[in-house]
Formats: sequence, structure tokens, C-alpha cells
Amino acid sequence: MPIGYLSKRLFHLALILLGVSLLVFMMLRMIPGDPARLLLGEFATAEDLSRLRAQMGLDRPYPVQYGIYLANILQGDLGNSLRNGAPVATEIGMRLVATLELAVAAMLIASLAGIAAGVISAVRQYSVFDYGSMFMALIGVSMPIFWLGLMLMYLLAVMFPIMPMMGRIGMGNEPEVMTGLMLVDTLLAGEFGDFLDALHHLVLPAFTLATIPMAIVARITRSSMLEVLNKDYVRTARAKGMGEVVVILRHALRNAFLPVVTVLGLNLGLLLGGAVLTETIFSWPGLGRYVVDSLMARDYAAVQGCILVFAGLMAFINLIVDLVYALLDPRIRVHA
Amino acid sequence: MRRWETFQDLLRSRSATFGMALIALVLLVAVIGPALAPHDPLKPVPLDRLKGPSEKNLFGTDSLGRDIFSRVIYGARISILIGLISVSISLLPGTLLGLVAGYFGGRVDSLIMRLMDMLLAFPAILLAIFITAILGPNLPNTMVAVGIVYIPHYARIVRASVLSLREQLFVQAIAHLGGGHSRILGRHILPNALPPIIVYATLGMGTAVLQAAALGFLGLGAQPPQPEWGAMLSEGRQYIQIAPHVAAFPGAAILVLVLGFNLFGDGLRDVLDPSLRSV
Repeated sequence: MPIGYLSKRLFHLALILLGVSLLVFMMLRMIPGDPARLLLGEFATAEDLSRLRAQMGLDRPYPVQYGIYLANILQGDLGNSLRNGAPVATEIGMRLVATLELAVAAMLIASLAGIAAGVISAVRQYSVFDYGSMFMALIGVSMPIFWLGLMLMYLLAVMFPIMPMMGRIGMGNEPEVMTGLMLVDTLLAGEFGDFLDALHHLVLPAFTLATIPMAIVARITRSSMLEVLNKDYVRTARAKGMGEVVVILRHALRNAFLPVVTVLGLNLGLLLGGAVLTETIFSWPGLGRYVVDSLMARDYAAVQGCILVFAGLMAFINLIVDLVYALLDPRIRVHA
Repeated sequence: MRRWETFQDLLRSRSATFGMALIALVLLVAVIGPALAPHDPLKPVPLDRLKGPSEKNLFGTDSLGRDIFSRVIYGARISILIGLISVSISLLPGTLLGLVAGYFGGRVDSLIMRLMDMLLAFPAILLAIFITAILGPNLPNTMVAVGIVYIPHYARIVRASVLSLREQLFVQAIAHLGGGHSRILGRHILPNALPPIIVYATLGMGTAVLQAAALGFLGLGAQPPQPEWGAMLSEGRQYIQIAPHVAAFPGAAILVLVLGFNLFGDGLRDVLDPSLRSV
């Protein structure tokens, strides 16, 4: 991987993040309502209000406020929550891990099931499986995931109570926090029963969150595979007497993978967004839920931090996707 | 003549016809809604709270005893409006920005596209939530928020078309003959860049309906007692254990409308611009 390409992309990433931080800072100042008044309540005196505003730095000019904010971010300080005074970075860290656990599980389901469905659909084009899975994929992208989540919850947790309704683990089974990842922490604690309980809690939210990406991955894998399956090198591989499975997996799927990787990367962003809704339904204590609660409470510092982290994650994922892309297809490296 | 052929091609596409049928159904419900609704969608009937589907209340009743069937019917109007208005809000500035960026290139292009990149750096729903919170949670602001979020998508698509169109011989010939920028852009480039815009706008209607419903679900969209499907689902969430029908029917209505737009958009894409298959 040429250093020039990497450094150019890193510079671009830093620029985007700087722009995002400025945009978020300006937009938050436009929200109606005074955070000092919100904290002190309706009956606060003018002196109390101005003292608190000065304490929070809200009385300074905007450029100064932004400068201080930026300098703090660079030191890893995202400020303190207006609601409970806790450092926002710590609050976000705790919740981010919960969101990542959910998003990674959803991504695994989406990519495995989506790629498998797409490959089978392409190989058996115009079969019942092909029509069925593509129709399901279309339903998948057309469905509000918060509706699917609620319906699954009713079906599998209320009507046939085989799944837990909400939360990350059963009461009393919480392991000591080491990584914050429930699955990992239970294993580290040597509690296999609790690990299964955490896994059990993860299934419904992860499946709900995986629906849209799964549908998109299935569609793109199918169309990409169909294109590749007609190529000369696939015909050659078959003519050489290679087994169908080898032809499909080694020759076709590998070459059909480029668009799939891009879509997988783009979908990680979709997953982060979808987490806001999924976490609300399943009371999952992640970043998505936190950002909505913070916005409702006009917790400036928390919202700024969350959005920066979300945008940073998105930009980072895009960078990784581009790098993987360049690794898979040498032509991109040459032209970059 | 070409338009008629395009329409005939569309009718031949099964997905487009099915999509059109679904959209037409919701449109019809939206237009003649009041004549169809058996009950007042806003009137509470305390004695009929959370009743399941019956002959009297086809989709059951909600927590205030209001008829869900009538509310879903009235909600069709709101959702169609959300789709149309949100898409217009993203389409017009997005197209204009894309035209200018692609045609003039250079610094103007860089400036516009970096701004668009910044907006694209947020997960869509998060940006929509954020904008709604700034503007205040209500239905018109939801439409504005959803509209703003998708401006960069249109800008990118239009810019890509313009970049290839401006190199075409016919555009350069008009420029050499003394055609002004606005004439070239408005009369020659825009009409040729339309197919992908139309396809994306159709698919975008479905996305807009979904996003607005999500905002409604989070309590940031339409406010009570408006019968907006997302807000109705949000209410249903509280009663999912005892009255799942409160959430089930508004969600199914959203699915029908969005599926219609997606099927129709897919069909349109195949007919108008097959090169866009990966969109």
C-alpha cells in the first residue's frame, strides 16, 4: 500500500472530522433553549443563571468556545455531561462498546446470510429460491426496522416466550466489567452459562438490526455474481474440469467481492444509524439511545461528543473500506 | 413518442406494475380518505380502549379508544405528503448544487462537494434527529430535516451525470456557438441528466417515508393526536404485550407504501437507466 495514498486519505479524514466538529458546534448553538436554565430550572435567579453560564463557558464568544472545545477534543476531553457532571468521554466509552457488540453481531448475520443468499440466487437464477429470496430482500429494505423489532418481540418474547424481551443479560448474571463486551466478559469470567444468556439476549436485536443490510448485501451479491459467472475465466475454469463449488467460491465469488465489500462498509454506517432505533426498542444501553436521550435533555456536551464519535466511526469505516478495496484490486492503488 | 414507449416498457415490467398498483392504492386511500373512514380518527372513546380487531373496529382501537383503521386511512395523506415534500426539499437544492459543481468544476466543485461530504459523514437518521431537535419536533420540521439529509445524494448523482455530459460533443458545440452557461445547463445538460434523478427520487420517496416514520417513532416527528404512522407505532410500543395490533397495522401500512415506491423505482431504473443497477 503506497504511503502517499494512505496519508492523502488520512488527511482527508482529519479535514472531514474538523468540518463535522465545526458543523455540530454551530448547529447545537442554534437549538432553542438555554442549557443553564434547563439545569437550574424555571425558578433560577438571573445571577445564578449568569454564574452557571460563565462556569460552563457559555458567555464567551463562539470562536473562543469552539477553540477551547477543539483543544480539549485533541486531548481526549469531550467535556462533562450537563445532566450528571460525568465526563462525556467515559459515558460514551461505556455505551459505545454495547453498540459495537450489537453492530458487529448484526454485521456478521447480515454478511453471512446475505452473501449466502446472493450466491445461491445467482447460481440458481430464476429458481423458486431466487425469486423468494429477492422478494424477501425487497421486503427487508422496505420495512421499518422498529416495526420488525416490535413484531419479533411480540412473536418470540410474548406469544412464544423463547427469547428475552430486552436488555443485554439476565438480572444477576452481569459479569465484572473488563472489556464492556458482554460476550467477552462472561467468557473471561469463566461463566459459560452467562455467556449463553448474553448471546440469547443479543439474537433478537442483532437480527432486527441486520435485516436491511442483509437484504442489500443479498441483492448486490446476486447481481455481482451474475455478472462474473458469465465471464470467460469462469467458463475456462469449468472447462478445465474444476468442481462447481471451487469455480463458484474461488473464481467467481472472489471476483464478485469488490462491490460487496463496498456495500458492507457503507452498511456499517447504516448499522450505526439503525442502532438508534433498535436500541430504543430493546432497551439496549448503547450510544444510539444515549444520543437521543441527550438531545431531549439538551445535553450539549454529550450530543457533541456522540455525534463526533459517530461521524469519526463512519469516516474511519469508509477509510478501511477504501484500503480493503485497494488491497483487493491493485488497479485502484495505481490510479489513486 | 419516446415517453409513450417508456410507459409501455414500464407496464411490461412486473415489479413496476405491482409498485404502481400499491402506490395507487395508498393514493386513492389518501384522496378519498374521509369517505372511507368509518370513525373520527381523533375522537377518543374511553370505553373502547385497546380493543382487538372486530367488525366495528376493523384494525382494533388504540389506548384512547380511537379507531385504528380510520387513523391508518388518514395517515396515508400525511405519509404521501411527507414523501413528496421531503423529496422536493432534497431534490431542488441537490440538483442545483450538483449541476453547478459538475459544470464549473475547480474550486466551486471542491467547496460544494466537501460540504456534501461533511453532511454524508453522519448516519442519516442521526442527522435527521439532530436537525429536528434544532428546528423543534413537529411534522413540517420532520419533512425539512429528512429533506436536508438527502441533499448530498442528489448532488452527487447529478454531478456525476454532468461531468460526463459536459464533455459530450453537442454540449461543446453549443458552447462554441456562444450558448450561455444557464442555457447550456438548463436546456441541454439538465434534460439529459434527468433519468437518474427521476429514479433516485422515486426510491427516495420510500426512504423519506421510512425516515419520517422513524422520527415519529422516536417522538420527534408528528405530535399527538396526529394520525402519523410512525407516531402510532411509537404508541403501540408501550402496549406490545397486551395489544400488538396497535403497532401492527400502522407498520404494515408503512411497509405497503415503501414497498410500492421501491418496486416502482426498481422498474423505472431498469427502463430509464440500467447503468444505475447498483443504486
